[in-house]
Amino acid sequence: MILATLIIAGSLLMILYTIASKGMQSLTWDIISKVPEGGYYIGKGGGILNAIIGSLYISIGATVLGLVISIPVVLYVNIYAKRNSWLANITRLTFDVLFGIPSIVYGAFGFTIMVYFGLRASLLAGIITVTLLVIPILARAIDEVIRLAPTELSDATYALGATRWETSLIFLRQAIPGIITAILLSFGRAIGDAATVLFTAGYTDSIPTSLGQPTATLPLAIFFQLSSPIEEVQNRAYAAALILTFIVLIISLSAKYFSKKLSKHKI
Amino acid sequence: MTFESPHIRVKDLNVHIGGNHILKNINIDIPDKKLTSFIGPSGCGKTTLLKTFNRLLDRNKDVQIDGQVLVDGENIYGKDIEVTSMRQKMGLLSQRPFPLPMSIYDNIAYGPRLHGTTKKKELDVLVEHYLTATGLWDEVKDRLNGSAARLSIGQQQRLCLARGLAVEPEIILGDEPTSALDPISTQKIEELFLQLKDKYTLVLVTHILRQARRLSDYIAFLYMGEIIEFGPTEDILLRPKEKLTQEYVKGYIS
Repeated sequence: MILATLIIAGSLLMILYTIASKGMQSLTWDIISKVPEGGYYIGKGGGILNAIIGSLYISIGATVLGLVISIPVVLYVNIYAKRNSWLANITRLTFDVLFGIPSIVYGAFGFTIMVYFGLRASLLAGIITVTLLVIPILARAIDEVIRLAPTELSDATYALGATRWETSLIFLRQAIPGIITAILLSFGRAIGDAATVLFTAGYTDSIPTSLGQPTATLPLAIFFQLSSPIEEVQNRAYAAALILTFIVLIISLSAKYFSKKLSKHKI
Repeated sequence: MTFESPHIRVKDLNVHIGGNHILKNINIDIPDKKLTSFIGPSGCGKTTLLKTFNRLLDRNKDVQIDGQVLVDGENIYGKDIEVTSMRQKMGLLSQRPFPLPMSIYDNIAYGPRLHGTTKKKELDVLVEHYLTATGLWDEVKDRLNGSAARLSIGQQQRLCLARGLAVEPEIILGDEPTSALDPISTQKIEELFLQLKDKYTLVLVTHILRQARRLSDYIAFLYMGEIIEFGPTEDILLRPKEKLTQEYVKGYIS
């Protein structure tokens, strides 16, 4: 057990060490504040602000859209549907299956839909596809915490004359820490996933100004730069990885902070 | 045993849960502004019977309820009954207290807010009134904004009672409300029940015979989903007519 713990901790440190040692030298203010200049990919000036902003747009958009869809589903399954009804069970099974589908399949599926509707690779198509990817993550995580809330809690609210909707609000309140964890999981997955955005979001050197424009993303920025033969460009890929890790780290820490703050009334 | 104008009248009630016949041909009158206890061994259906009174059972998929429960003469299983306002007439105290995930103040204010009282001043008055009524005010007045989850379990149960009273019910249902509490908290809840008898109709499920004796005016003895005997407390506990009741009261079956 100690060995296993050491392996886990060790590999985290190894990853951080690798990207830090290779990326630090290229991590300049230019990298995070500028879009690529002409010839950036053969070592000329500029940065990856386009990918940072693009990734934030996509993961925030997808997480928000995913919440808007998964919270009502979870409330339906837990509070509106009768306990153990077949529709609730099928919904849960569906989420389990969707959860296991590799992201490249979502990418391909998103691509098909895009083609069908005549959409170009764009921010919108990227957000929609990543939303499909994060819905099962969000729904399963939130379902888990709402199911953990005692059923007597709903007996209590119903006995006070609350409707199902008012009862739902109490359950959401009880589940806030879990919902924040779900958001964190989903955001981390959304910002780090390359396969879903590969076909759907496209890649561009400018920051998108509308949903219809294509956008760069950090995972793809890492991929394209790492495949370059030029060492300077490869190091910039590690710098991009460092930025990606840093964003996820900030999200994790702030999620922890808020979940503690918002859960003081949890029973 | 029947009453002229019972608060709750149960007529030919049958409940099946997942194919099991849990309650069989229940007919009982619950008198107004008295405390009626349901006693019986565990699994005899007393909690199920209690939960049919505010329709908390319907939420399960495989529950089938036949028969009538009349509250103030109105069948609560009738077609055009409004379940939420019907439930509001009944306070519920469960085996373990479940405060809502919010502050002490908001726990009491929750019900009144649902039903249209939103002015801070009115709510302040209500919160103080019901916390005083359940003997909690002096204990919590300095931390009304603190979390209800931090209270001791006995205080939580009294908070739940205060929360239930704040929606002005006519009936209070207690499902073994002291089974998770220490003796002192139990005593406090029992005292409250005795005080409440003047204003409310109380129905109590208990498996503690001494508690039933201390508190109730009437006792119904249930066994295997049937009401074996129903009558005034003294009759049931001291002069039971049925053999099963005698055996239960003497402690041969439990």
